[in-house]
Amino acid sequence: MTRVTTTQSEDAKSAKSKAPRDAFGTASKLTRVFGVAAFVLTSALLVFALVISPPEVIQGESVRLFYIHVPSAIVSLYLAFSITLVGSIIYLRKKSIFWDLMAGAAAEIGVIFCAITLITGMLWGRPTWGVYWKWDPRLTSTAVSFLLYVGYLAVRKLELPPHVRRQRAAILGIISFANLIIVRYSVQWWRSLHQGTTLDPVDTQLDGSMLFSFFLGMLAMIAIGAWLLVHRFRVAWMEERKAEQSLAAAIVERQSEGRS
Amino acid sequence: MLSDARLIAAKDLRIEASSRVLLTQVLPFGLMVLLLFGFGISPDRQVLGEVPRRSVLEQVSPGLFWITVLFAALLGLGRSFSIEAADGNLDGLRLGGLDPAGIFLGKAAAVIVQLAVLEVIVGVGAILLFGVSLANVGLLAVTIVGATVAIGCAGTLYATLAAGQRVRETLVPLLVLPVLAPVLLGATQATEAALFGPVSDGWPWAGLLGAFALLYIAIGIVAFGSFLEES
Repeated sequence: MTRVTTTQSEDAKSAKSKAPRDAFGTASKLTRVFGVAAFVLTSALLVFALVISPPEVIQGESVRLFYIHVPSAIVSLYLAFSITLVGSIIYLRKKSIFWDLMAGAAAEIGVIFCAITLITGMLWGRPTWGVYWKWDPRLTSTAVSFLLYVGYLAVRKLELPPHVRRQRAAILGIISFANLIIVRYSVQWWRSLHQGTTLDPVDTQLDGSMLFSFFLGMLAMIAIGAWLLVHRFRVAWMEERKAEQSLAAAIVERQSEGRS
Repeated sequence: MLSDARLIAAKDLRIEASSRVLLTQVLPFGLMVLLLFGFGISPDRQVLGEVPRRSVLEQVSPGLFWITVLFAALLGLGRSFSIEAADGNLDGLRLGGLDPAGIFLGKAAAVIVQLAVLEVIVGVGAILLFGVSLANVGLLAVTIVGATVAIGCAGTLYATLAAGQRVRETLVPLLVLPVLAPVLLGATQATEAALFGPVSDGWPWAGLLGAFALLYIAIGIVAFGSFLEES
């Protein structure tokens, strides 16, 4: 009995001695690189998107929303939700907590960027189409995908034993991606039956400085997304460790209670 | 697998036969929603420029019908899992040696049968209240079968995710409705085509419903076991 207790407290001690460097923040070398990159790129984007690039011939100034709208859509729908898919698949194969947390963190980032996409899309729609919401296939399917992943995040918050919750979240992470594709194509099909092609802001012709601003926007959004992702992942990782440690502490406490 | 499914489906239907919760609660709810649509969308309003002249209610009746079915299905799914909530019933079914795929198919089949009955009665209600005249019964029947199987299978799968949880009632609609959005879309389009033509527009949508239903039968058979595992 005594031996077990010593081992436990030794574990706690060694955890403590390792702790100080990474226990008080979510920053690391990696996040600093991403953070600086995000800052520099965003500053450059502001200059290029708002000052240097010209207004578009038909849409005028509102085209500047393009430099945030499309990159955030790509980061959300293509990058973040793909990481969730990949993380879910790897979790199911290897049961690695790392990939489960990564899938969850990526979904959260994806939902945020999806919201940015929807809001900037609506703001852009108002001057371009005259209304905030047009039943445009991209807008509509993005809205449904947003709700799909809000549901996924809700499942991750269920009060279940951790391994059960991870298992369910992983399966859902995979099915949600399939659903995203089904929704996307069915909505596209629906709209193509009922109306001619609307003025599609994404197919606008881009000249040199506009194209450059777009690439800058792409890089800036990726840097911001990656920066947030690593931070979010580390918060989740620390929560995980806290749960483990408080369990270990509770066991030690119970054991010492039993002795006295 | 199939005999297990039959067992579970028969059990759920027997529970319904003796408790009559769907018949006395969910069905009246569905009919009430139809009446509410009448209140919400004035029944006297006509669609402009359409020949023959139709009321707005009749024009949008396919969508209203399927939205009603979807809402009623949420209640039906809730019921399907609340009868398993007591005493860890789902674990019990697993411990009883039943195939998880069989449990899934059985639960889904019971939901599908009950939903089909509800659809027929709500459908008659919609025909009477909204002044719709039936046409192209073949396409309608295929649409109803495809959509009902799709709703039953996808719904059962997602309802299991939240089974036995405190947040079940609020979580299931959030999970199920976005997933079923394409089903609502397909079913409404196909029904519209059947009732108002051209019929040829409806068949591809009925095909989409069929494909969706098959996909979710497959996903359910594969994934249901790991949803039940140690839950």
